Formats: sequence, C-alpha cells, structure tokens
Amino acid sequence: MDLRYSDAEQAFRSSLRAWLEKTLPDLPDKPSPDDWPGRRAYDTHWQRLLFDAGYAGVDWPVEGGGRGASPVEELIFKEELERAHAPYVGVNFVGLLHAGPTVIAEGTPEQRARFLPPILRGDEVWCQGFSEPNAGSDLASMRTRAVRDGDDYVISGQKIWTSHAEVADYCELLVRTGPEDSRHRGISWLILPMDTPGVDIRPLHTIAGSTEFAELFLDEVRVPVANRVGEENDGWRVTMVTLSFERGTAFVGDLLEAIELLTASVELARRTGAWADPATRRQAGHLKAELDALWALTKRNVSQAARTGVPGVGGTYFKLAYSETRHKLGEFSLALLDRAGLSAHDIEGTDGLGLLPAGTMVEDWLRGISLTIAAGTSQIQRNIVGERILGLPKEPQTAKAPAKTTATSGVTG
Amino acid sequence: MDFEVSEFEAELAGGIRRLCEGRFPLDTIRSRESTDHAIDRDGWRELGDAGVFHLCLAEEAGGVGLGLAEAALVFEELGRALIPGPLVASHLAAGLIDGADDGSVVVGLVERPAPGAVGTGVLPVVVEHLADLDVLLVLSDQGIERLDPATLDATPLPRPMDPLTPVWALSTLPVGEPVADAEIAAWWRRDGAVLTAALQVGMAQLACDLAVEYAKGRVQFGRPIGGFQAVKHICSDMAVRAEVARIAVQAAAVTVDQPDVGDAVLAAAGAKLLADEAAVTNGRSSIQVHGGMGFTWEVPVHLAYKRARVLATTFGTADALAEELADSLAGA
Repeated sequence: MDLRYSDAEQAFRSSLRAWLEKTLPDLPDKPSPDDWPGRRAYDTHWQRLLFDAGYAGVDWPVEGGGRGASPVEELIFKEELERAHAPYVGVNFVGLLHAGPTVIAEGTPEQRARFLPPILRGDEVWCQGFSEPNAGSDLASMRTRAVRDGDDYVISGQKIWTSHAEVADYCELLVRTGPEDSRHRGISWLILPMDTPGVDIRPLHTIAGSTEFAELFLDEVRVPVANRVGEENDGWRVTMVTLSFERGTAFVGDLLEAIELLTASVELARRTGAWADPATRRQAGHLKAELDALWALTKRNVSQAARTGVPGVGGTYFKLAYSETRHKLGEFSLALLDRAGLSAHDIEGTDGLGLLPAGTMVEDWLRGISLTIAAGTSQIQRNIVGERILGLPKEPQTAKAPAKTTATSGVTG
Repeated sequence: MDFEVSEFEAELAGGIRRLCEGRFPLDTIRSRESTDHAIDRDGWRELGDAGVFHLCLAEEAGGVGLGLAEAALVFEELGRALIPGPLVASHLAAGLIDGADDGSVVVGLVERPAPGAVGTGVLPVVVEHLADLDVLLVLSDQGIERLDPATLDATPLPRPMDPLTPVWALSTLPVGEPVADAEIAAWWRRDGAVLTAALQVGMAQLACDLAVEYAKGRVQFGRPIGGFQAVKHICSDMAVRAEVARIAVQAAAVTVDQPDVGDAVLAAAGAKLLADEAAVTNGRSSIQVHGGMGFTWEVPVHLAYKRARVLATTFGTADALAEELADSLAGA
C-alpha cells in the first residue's frame, strides 16, 4: 500500500495546475442555472479549452482520440479541477462519460470517426434515453419499441430522466427490438439525432427546482439502422461494456465538494456560536472521519482499476456509504442555518461579516436527496452487495424473466 | 500512488489467518472463558514467534522492520480470530520492555486518568488481564510508567462483560518507574489507536461473516432468511461499514509510515472512530440477524460484540476522537 505519488504523477499534476491557473481567470461569467443555451455555450467552450490543451477525454483510450491517462492521472485530473473550482463537465456528461466510451468500445470505424471527435471538441452534446416511467430499477423491462422498416427503425415510446435533452444533439437510446418479454436479450443501442421529427421533449422540474431533467416522447421516430451500435438485440451488453470504463473516479469532484461544504459549515458554526456546543463539534468531527475514509476508499478503487483494468466492488461500497454521509452533511448544515435555511438564498448575517451561505447549503441539501436514488437506488445497491458479494440468496423473480440480473441494473440517467 | 494491498502484504495477513485458524480455533479460545487466565502463554509465545509483537521493530533491534501498514493487516486477522489479551500493548512495548518482542513477557497497558477529566470522578481504574501480566504500563500525556502487577492492590471483578477479557479494579494507581517520555507516549497513542482500530475491523468483519453464514442457513417461511431484503440489507450495511472502516485504518497506517501524505494523528483518530462504530454496530446487527440464537451464550456473536465494547474504551473514545477531529477543522 503506497499513498505517495510518483514523479511522473506529480509532474502531471503540476503542469495541469499551471494550465488551470493560467486559463481559469479568463473564463466568461457563468450563465444562470436555467439558461440552457447559455449553459451549453459555457460548458462546450470549456470542453474546447480542454481539447486545445490536450486534456479532452483524459481517461479515453488513445485510439478513441483521448489522452489515455492512467486511472491515477484521471484521479489527479478530477482532483485538480475541483480544487481549482474549474467548470463541471455539465452538458458534456453523457457524451464524455457514457456515449463516447460506448462508441469507442462497440462502434464501427465510421461511427467512431463521425461521433467521437465532436464530443472531445465540445461541438456536439449528448443525452441519455435509458429509463422509462415503468422501467427504473428494473431497466430490462423497458418497452420503447423499434420496428424495422427498410433501412430505418421506427420508434415509439417514452423515456424519462433525460438530462440536458433540450440542448442535446444526440441521444443514446435503448429500444426494444426483440419480443415484448425478451428483457435483456431484446434490447438495441441506437444513436438518435434529437432533431428527428416525432421527438417531443417535456421538461421535468426537480425537487430542487432545477430544470435539467426531461421526459422524451417518441412518436414514430425514424432512425437509420446504420445508427445502431453493436448487434441488434445486443444492446444490454453494449450498455454494460461502457461501465467498465468507470475507474472509481465518478464521485471525485462530488466528494471534494462535500469536504469544502463541511469546512464552510464549520465556519458557519463558529459565526453562529453553535461551535461551542460539543454535539455540533462531534458531528463535524464524525463527518470529517467519514469523508476522509471515503477519499481513501476512492484511492483504493482507483488503485484496483489501475491494476486490473476493471472497477472492483469498491464502487458499490462507496456509493452506499457516500450517499449516507452526504445526507448527514446536508442535515448538519441545514440545522446550523436554522430559520435562515428556509430560503435557498445567501442571506446577510447580523454580525456584519457578510453573507451566510444559505444558498449553497440549502441547494446542496436538496440535490443530495437524489444520491440514494440516482444511478441505482441504495436498495438495489444493497441487493447487489448482499447477493453478488456476500452470496446471499437472490430475490424471488416473479416476472417471466430470465434471471440474468446484473450488477448494473438500475444504472440509468 | 498504489493503495492496493500488495501481494506480500496479502500473504503476510494470510499467514496470520492460517496460524489463527490452526492454533487458535474458537473452541480452544472459548475453553478459557470466564476464568482469570484468558491468555494461553504458550500461544502468546507462538504469536511472538510469528512476529506479531516485533513486526515493526527495526531489524537491528531484532525485529522484522516492517511498517504499521503491515501490522494493521496482521491485527485485523487477530481481531477476527478473537485472540484475547493485550495484543496492542505488547506490540507497542517491543523494544521498550525486554521479552515483549518474542512473547515471553506479557505487557498490559492502562491509561492514567487525567486529573479533573469530565465524567470520571468516582470511577475506579479497571485493568484487563491482570493475572496474566508480567508488566503493567501506565500511559499518560506526560509519558509511560512501569508497574509490577504483583504489587498492586487489585480486586478481581466478577462477571466481566467480555468473558475473554477478565478485569480487575485498582483502589489506587501508584506512580511507576518512568520508562518513556511524552513524545513516545504521543506516538503510542497514535499507533495504539490504529492497531486497536485494526482489531475492531476484524471484529466488524467477524460479526458480518457470522450473520451472513447464519442468514444462508436459517430457513423460515420456506426459504433462507438471507433471501429477504429486510435481513439481506442489514448484512449489506454491515459489509459496507466494515469495508469503509478497513480502508480508514489502512490509510491511517500508511500515513504513519509515509508522513508526507497527510496528518497521521488525525487519520488515526478518524480510523479509530469509524472502526469502533463499525465493530459495535455490526456486533449489534449480527445479533439481530441471529434472532433468539443471537441472545444466547452458545452462539459466538456476543463475543465479537462484547470485545468491540472493550476495545472501544481504549486509545480514544468516540466523543474524544470526534472532538479531536473537530478541532482540526476549526484550525485549533
């Protein structure tokens, strides 16, 4: 076990840090959270800057046009970006983290040449059409239907939780090409151009009042068969392959942000006087222990990925533990705000020392609620730990289902 | 940076596991339950021969010269096997007390209560394993003192909470011969917290393993109870808790060995806090999974739970550790 960074890793960190110091001050002002065209422009501009500096697709393999960095370098990359408060991946999320890696692994040479460079350059934005209103944790029961008609598929159905649909150029779409009850064995992975006739987008407001989610209604939408990635009915495997690109770094930015939030909460507690209460101090100390342990667990997971090339079981452990810690942190900061937390708006303190960070904290507490739900609910994760790691008996399968449950069912966006 | 357990480290831990399974099976350990002598002196020397006590002692001093990272892996195995006795104290004492390193001398440790400490006013000093100790060390912020256990005015306490940790009450804790200064006392506290936390990870894992085994075999409503989510999810949470604590302990141990990577004292405090919690919570959860059988003396899960309670009182209690971590956040 070695926590020291090699000379090469430290050199990577220094040059990245130098580039960030030079680049970040010249970024334009951040657009307002609901200005989607503005956000697209901002996020894709940032992606272009990364591309020009050689940092686009830092974790993508070289043959896909990426940098081919090691998992440890990827960890350093995400750590430095977060510490420097660089822009988030934002609307480029699906393209860079999901659709792109899928096309690299399973696409034809033509598909790779057509779709990968625009993702890396920030020219094209992707969204994800996986979950359906009746297919969440049980994703394999999805029903959006694609019927062959000559060189096209004709698609009808409905998708949900399609983040950034309004500003996306393409959607990675899972469709049912097999019989109705074919579950995992009758799904195909398609590239859907979002300007195709019959695609209707309805925004879905989140509990935090934000507008990144959308529902996608598909009414006889025609997609060329050439846009299929992988074989017909092999889309489930195609989707799972992408997950092997995950190298334990998915929550690096999030975790470091939580550590900053704890620091901000302690500052707030000292201003309000709550810090004099041992119960407050102990809660803060406990949260620090948990967050430090999760940072160490991230390093363990990344180290395993570096050795074996695939993510270990640590990712599931991480998500279960992290989502609980994040909830506690949200509750902690909200309690400190007392009634100043009744609005998600920074409010002037009466001590004359400036604003109290109610905006960030309330917002964060609200967003944190999604952590035990998104990308596989904690209940699904506990089934995975119980059945796949501890070897406990499986849930009884009531559907007419081939019981080919995988670790990733329920991982949707 | 490669924070994976190396092949050598895994082999070391595996060797200790095999030693424990072969030489200290649960039945053998349990044969000393509720006696004044929970420690098997021959066994203690065999642990010494295996390097348990002199693992971190420099090679020129007759030790193995390994780091705390390796010791933490070894101690997790000792915890998992429920080996009774002052393992941590005897390990720390190697090089300071003759014979501690090879297990020929059993060294115990007790904290001298700080004068005026809140909430300890009327409580006597309680010493573990006194009848088996050759040397008792007293740890305080000022340093470490040495006492001869035979000279102490000690009352054996009936019905010890952990039947494998017999305890005595001292009417007074005399001043002993000084054997180490405040600086050494501070690193004993740090390393002692890490190694005790490692034992606790073993406890947390044992509790989880026992629960999983039971949940696979116990049939109710026509199927193994581990198939029900209500039970399965308790087990999953136990596994997560043990793993997060394990990583915290290993990171703290590596930080002691590689001081440039972080603050080892804080890492040790965080590790002990999480490992105590994992051991105690998993012990309680495991009893729940065992149902009525978990409330019996026969099923060993109570031993893991009770040992976790014993260890949680040493090298920093939850509140003190949390406050120590909080002070670091406030820049105090």
